[in-house]
Amino acid sequence: MNTIREIFESARRTGRGLVLPFFTAGDPDLSTTVRLLDAAAEVGVEIAEVGIPFSDPIADGPIIAESMHEALVRGVTPSATFEALAARRDPARPATVAMVSMSIVHRMGVDAFVASAARARLAGLIVPDIDLTVAGELTARCDAANLACAYLVAPTTTGERLRRVVSQCRGFVYLLARAGVTGESSGLPEIAGQVAAIRAIDSTLPIAAGFGIATPEQVRAALEHADGAIVGSAIVRRIGAERAAHRDPVPAVREMLASLVAAGAARGARA
Amino acid sequence: MTSALPVAGDQTLPGADADGRFGRFGGRYVPETLVAALDELAAAYAEARRDPSFRDEVERLLREFVGRPTQLTVATRLSHEIGGATIVLKREDLAHTGAHKINNTIGQALLAKRMGKTRIIAETGAGQHGVATATACAKFGLACEVYMGAEDVRRQALNVFRMRLMGATVHEVTTGSRTLKDATNEAMRDWMGSVGKTHYILGSVVGPHPFPTIVRDFQSVIGRECRSQCLERFGRLPDVVVACVGGGSNAAGIFAPFVADQSVKLVGVEAGGRGTAQGDHAAPLSFGQPGVLHGSLSYVLQDRFGQTADVHSCSAGLDYPGVGPEHSYWKDSGRVDYTYATDADALSAFQLLARTEGIIPALETSHAVHSAISIARTLPRDALVVINVSGRGDKDVQEVMRLLGAR
Repeated sequence: MNTIREIFESARRTGRGLVLPFFTAGDPDLSTTVRLLDAAAEVGVEIAEVGIPFSDPIADGPIIAESMHEALVRGVTPSATFEALAARRDPARPATVAMVSMSIVHRMGVDAFVASAARARLAGLIVPDIDLTVAGELTARCDAANLACAYLVAPTTTGERLRRVVSQCRGFVYLLARAGVTGESSGLPEIAGQVAAIRAIDSTLPIAAGFGIATPEQVRAALEHADGAIVGSAIVRRIGAERAAHRDPVPAVREMLASLVAAGAARGARA
Repeated sequence: MTSALPVAGDQTLPGADADGRFGRFGGRYVPETLVAALDELAAAYAEARRDPSFRDEVERLLREFVGRPTQLTVATRLSHEIGGATIVLKREDLAHTGAHKINNTIGQALLAKRMGKTRIIAETGAGQHGVATATACAKFGLACEVYMGAEDVRRQALNVFRMRLMGATVHEVTTGSRTLKDATNEAMRDWMGSVGKTHYILGSVVGPHPFPTIVRDFQSVIGRECRSQCLERFGRLPDVVVACVGGGSNAAGIFAPFVADQSVKLVGVEAGGRGTAQGDHAAPLSFGQPGVLHGSLSYVLQDRFGQTADVHSCSAGLDYPGVGPEHSYWKDSGRVDYTYATDADALSAFQLLARTEGIIPALETSHAVHSAISIARTLPRDALVVINVSGRGDKDVQEVMRLLGAR
């Protein structure tokens, strides 16, 4: 069993809901990204997502798209990201999954990309724009390298398509909490229906919900149904704001993550 | 009149396979949110394509509103000056709004209405597709929002005003490189959150399945007309058909009906820009390699990590790092020859066609004119070379004035 799956199953046994923060690699620089991951581990984050900057991230709203654009302008590459992640003191804390566009995976080559990710001691990959007809090849290579693949399920994914996506997911399924791009929203995530539909296909596969989840209240609402809640734009926005104020973003983000993790842990206390 | 859409069961125009692939190219590399919308679009299009009343309506509008069929003009003085084959011009510049783009926007807008969509979005580079979309939306009373890179908004102020005159809202895109590829990103982002009531009219034979097939089909009226006009006028098929290729919609439109005619040589002309180094041209079929951009696998200009490269062309309509997947398929299968013309080549051809034929072509078209002339020179007078004059050059005269003045 892959690490990601183990972490989710352990959390499930104790009733904890997991909070998965998202960081853009190299925002504002790769050494800060590594420090942010360390800080996340310190406040109890068990799985984190690192987005590999891409020139055309169509699933991302303005906050994350801008952070990726700036990282690219500063010269951040997948190779440099892998090197920085490999050099962490403890690459398993938190277990790290890379969010990466198929454009990058295809160009570097599936074999070469998976090998580099494994060498960087990543725990998994999320490929948000995979063509499902070629997902099998990537999943097989990831299985062989003990990397957990995750793909997206949308509010509109149903029937045979849902079954096919779920069958390709290994560590968890990434459930989009709403249509549209990444970004904060005011409402509470409504995922009960899709969670039930996924569980009907595979009752053991962990489900992490993302898109539009930013506050402790939204995290709690997502974790009513899902095993994990992914928080991205709110964190990236905070990093940008700290940087604009010429402050190190790590302390503010650590504090933010602590309150989000507490919201997730509260589910265990209640259960 | 030539039928507006390929007739049902037309084996000369195979679409993509069930997975949306032309050979290994194409597909659907998109966030899952768009998949249901693409399925809905594919199903609605398949059904509309079979419906005689839909076909009749498209045909009526192409005739009464667009002014089809467009004429075939023998370029007598140009042919004489070149001293080779007889050059014939397919006059898409005479279509309403001055370019072939309207063939697609009329078809897709009608399809959107049929699907019950009330809002249309589109991306545009130079503004030609934006204007053609705004035109169709004004005609059908659909709300229209066009995404356009901030850089292009500045360069193409007149087209921005034309779109606004026809009631469209133009969104200035300030993300990324602020040009066509970023406008396309923004349109896709909008569509992810608005698929319920919104249709995205993609302007070229690019993007995820079924767009490359739909756009090609709506543009294939150019090739069907051209084929029957040649048979009627000359009693035979042309020897060569030449078209410029950016995303590749005018080329796909004129090539597709000739693909099964093995005697007809098909030539696509990319933008060679100012040099062969990455960043100096916009010619993915000539200098790129297969990669994923905007939802499909096709030849693309990328760096070694898959990041989309910067591109350059004097022609805003060709200034795009990708190309339609069916062109990639035609390239690899050898059915179509792809070459390129530089900025300087295009500028010369622009002036030559104006001087010899009284036709000012778009800068995009001028690339095809240049290559067609090179080919015509090597052929006897009884050979027929068709150029798809994809658009008129009024939009470019100011830019050409600037470029000629600078030289």
